[in-house]
Amino acid sequence: MNITLADLIPLLPLLITTGTVVIAMTVIGVKRSYTLTAGITIAGLLIATLSAAYLMPSTNEQVTPLMIVDQYSLFFTVLTCATAMFIAVFSFPYLANLDDHKEEYYLLLGIATIGAIVMVSSNHFVSTILGLETLSMSLYGMVAYPVHSEKSAKFPLEASVKYLVLSAAASGILLFGIALIYAQTGTLEFASVLNVATATPGLGAGFSIAALILVFIGIAFKLSLAPFHMWTPDVYEGSPLPATTYLATIGKAAMFVVLLRFIEASDALVFDSVILVISLVATASILAGNLLALLQDNLKRILAYSSIAHMGYLLIALVASYFVEGSISVEAVTFYLVAYVIMSAGAFGVASVVSSSEQEFDSIDDYKGLFWRSPWLAAVFTGMLLSLAGIPLTVGFIGKFYIFFAGVEAALWVLLAVLVIGSGVGLYYYLRIVYSMLKSADDAHNFNVAVGKNLSSHAVLAILFLLLVVLGVYPTPVVSIIETISTYIL
Amino acid sequence: MILLWLISILFIGGIIAWLSERINPNYPRLIALVTVLLDLLLMFSLLGAEPGDGGWVASVDAGWIPRFGISFYLAADGLSVLLLLLTAFLGVIAIGSAWDEIKEQAGFFYFNLLWTLAGVLGVFTALDLFLFFFFWEVMLIPMYFIIAIWGHENKNYAAMKFFIFTQVTGMLMLISILLLAYFHYVQYGALSFNYHDLLAVQTAGRLEMWIMLGFFIAFTTKLPSVPFHSWLPDAHSQAPTAGSVILAGILLKTGAYGLIRFAVPLFPEASMSFAPVAMTLAAISILYCAKVAFAQADIKRLIAYTSVSHMGFVTLGVYAWNEQALQGAVMTMLAHGLSAAALFMLAGGLQHRIHTRNMTDMGGFWAKVPRMAVVALFFSVAALGMPGLGNFIGEFLALLGAFQANITLTVISAFGLIFASVYSLWVIQKVFQGEYANAEFDDSHLSDLTRREMVYFGAMMIGLIWMGMYPQSFLELSQPVLVELINSTESAIAAVVQN
Repeated sequence: MNITLADLIPLLPLLITTGTVVIAMTVIGVKRSYTLTAGITIAGLLIATLSAAYLMPSTNEQVTPLMIVDQYSLFFTVLTCATAMFIAVFSFPYLANLDDHKEEYYLLLGIATIGAIVMVSSNHFVSTILGLETLSMSLYGMVAYPVHSEKSAKFPLEASVKYLVLSAAASGILLFGIALIYAQTGTLEFASVLNVATATPGLGAGFSIAALILVFIGIAFKLSLAPFHMWTPDVYEGSPLPATTYLATIGKAAMFVVLLRFIEASDALVFDSVILVISLVATASILAGNLLALLQDNLKRILAYSSIAHMGYLLIALVASYFVEGSISVEAVTFYLVAYVIMSAGAFGVASVVSSSEQEFDSIDDYKGLFWRSPWLAAVFTGMLLSLAGIPLTVGFIGKFYIFFAGVEAALWVLLAVLVIGSGVGLYYYLRIVYSMLKSADDAHNFNVAVGKNLSSHAVLAILFLLLVVLGVYPTPVVSIIETISTYIL
Repeated sequence: MILLWLISILFIGGIIAWLSERINPNYPRLIALVTVLLDLLLMFSLLGAEPGDGGWVASVDAGWIPRFGISFYLAADGLSVLLLLLTAFLGVIAIGSAWDEIKEQAGFFYFNLLWTLAGVLGVFTALDLFLFFFFWEVMLIPMYFIIAIWGHENKNYAAMKFFIFTQVTGMLMLISILLLAYFHYVQYGALSFNYHDLLAVQTAGRLEMWIMLGFFIAFTTKLPSVPFHSWLPDAHSQAPTAGSVILAGILLKTGAYGLIRFAVPLFPEASMSFAPVAMTLAAISILYCAKVAFAQADIKRLIAYTSVSHMGFVTLGVYAWNEQALQGAVMTMLAHGLSAAALFMLAGGLQHRIHTRNMTDMGGFWAKVPRMAVVALFFSVAALGMPGLGNFIGEFLALLGAFQANITLTVISAFGLIFASVYSLWVIQKVFQGEYANAEFDDSHLSDLTRREMVYFGAMMIGLIWMGMYPQSFLELSQPVLVELINSTESAIAAVVQN
């Protein structure tokens, strides 16, 4: 097959991101400049975001058998690149005082973004694995980045090795499932995996079910769904904050898009046992995530457990997609992912802004009295937490509304009951953080809350906060975009 | 359009009040007062308005999230107007009671106060069920802050409990609302959250009962009624005075309003089959909480339990579902709004002066603070249902109507009036009469009511006397609405009665 220049236009965001990494690397070779490297990365990601947004209304092409560039993948390309850019902005002051080479961090961040873009555009197992491994490999590096630092705030090496080992095991399971599917169908395209479900030549239905569940488990590991969630709190806690943010937002969102595409294209839910497994995992994740979060005093661990619960909420909408006609549950997943990325990036963002590579403020007590010391940061943080709890005026409420809606239409009463219980429990630990910020400040845990030093980080927080509120009050524009793009998934 | 103004004035006023603190710490309370007074004035214009189609005196309807058939639909009829007036009136009173009490972070306090009021106004006027739910939850957050920041010794626990109770039961209501909207989609081919559209949805049997229960639980948690009442004593005793005023005077009424406007009309059949259970819960609330109130030493907890007891009459009236009973429920809501708010202010005033809410430390205050004692006696007597004051009209009508629906439960509930006399007079005796309870008691700060306090207690007294002496002016406003509601559910209820 000949590839012409025109075929490459849909890949523009990917190529721009790749180009950014190459340029940044060359620049580092010529002259080490922290500001310049970060600037190039941020600018490159901005251009990639804009190009993806520009392509979105008109593009719908299968570029090579490996990648589908349709409105849905471009929507998530925009989300990925924009979030990566925001995280790069958060990283800049965070790493500024690191006593080691700092520039290569942005290369890792850029390469991880390449992996994420490939994942959201993937409808073929080969590209899934390529994207996933590119993303994961870079994340191991990002997690372990301050490893040579004398004054590193956390235990990056432990986190990185833990993530590496478990992630490799998960990839193994995923690959084994893929191999079984290949044995059955002789193809690695999502769409032809359909055969596994409907026609079952040769090896029988049990074989297909095993294959599908293995793939799901492999993905569930990466999404940190219970009971495959053990690594999450430790890795979140041990990583430097920007890496945690990356892992929690883009890492999760890109993986979920793959899961969504795979489940929708392969019709895996025709098997009752697959639905049962997903429902059980959802229940376990919601309950384990919310209940274990109650026991934590560390902000990063709380958010880690809460992310487990949020992935569980998303699975409810995924299961609902089988029972509901039309695209509503795909829309629910999509909207919730957008909401989740905004509120997680915001919540971790607040912590990043006040922390640095030498000292991280990640205990609830560190935020005591924040309301009176920095009303602005406290308001943003409270907004993000209330949004995670699904309270109105925030985007999280609309997201939860979508999930409820999909669940009601699909009549998933047990899962909805779990969702209500889980959210009720969740309120407790989110409000605990809020309450800590409301207490009167004592001077023991002061960190610098001055805006001046990190103006750009605060600007990003302002953007995220604005998105949080605007989409919470008037979500219609995004709702209609999502309504359009979701038709590409089905 | 005026409804939109009413709500947005409060939202904007709240933000201005917060920001103004930087200029002068005394501005927030002034701005809050002006904002609420402005709202009150605007509301008077609703009183004169000619009712349009269906009795709505004002409405706004604009698209919001068309994907789900959600619109920004606000409308007010006589019932809403009465409650709007109550909200704004008590809003002014609450600001008055916070005037000297709230010194720290005053800007943020008035911001939260105004936003709570705005949420409540939204609840009383929203006719799109999504919007209703939206406001239902919006009023929680600022109230949470009010309790959690300016509350007393155990504020974290109380605020958390309040929030979790209301939020979790709210989610059950959300599921019910979604089911209704979904059935509308199945039956009429379009998603809609519009109240009028959803009234037309046919549901039946067990499913209708489940959906109705979603609403019922959310509303009776807010009301509250046994067995969902346990958050209220904590929230009330820990909240600052203004918070208690808003909670008891207004927030509880949103639950009652929800029962009248949504729970029964949307599911007439299920509600009527459920009525005996609801009325039993009401009777239990009335008697049990009166009994528990009597056992309290904390004066605010005591008043909180009496609130639950009085709200039992509202549930009783609503589920009797006839004109007298509903009128009684509405009158009880209004009158209890004033009397409970006043009692909480007295309790708050006492706490502000002597730094305790424990009644065993009190006694014989009459000599020292005669004005306060008289005012307390007045509102206690009002609360126990003295003829000539508003509460009597409400509870009498509620019992009269309930008698037609269920004689046994009405007779049992009527004992609540006797219990009310017992605990009300007991409080007066304990606090104001008898010997000075504690010889070492430091009463240097125990001063009588100031002139400003007398003004707003006076205003509430006039309100209660007006309600008691000439209830017609209130009944007139709500009567057409209630008759319309009863008529619209008549056929469905007749079917239940036949079975």
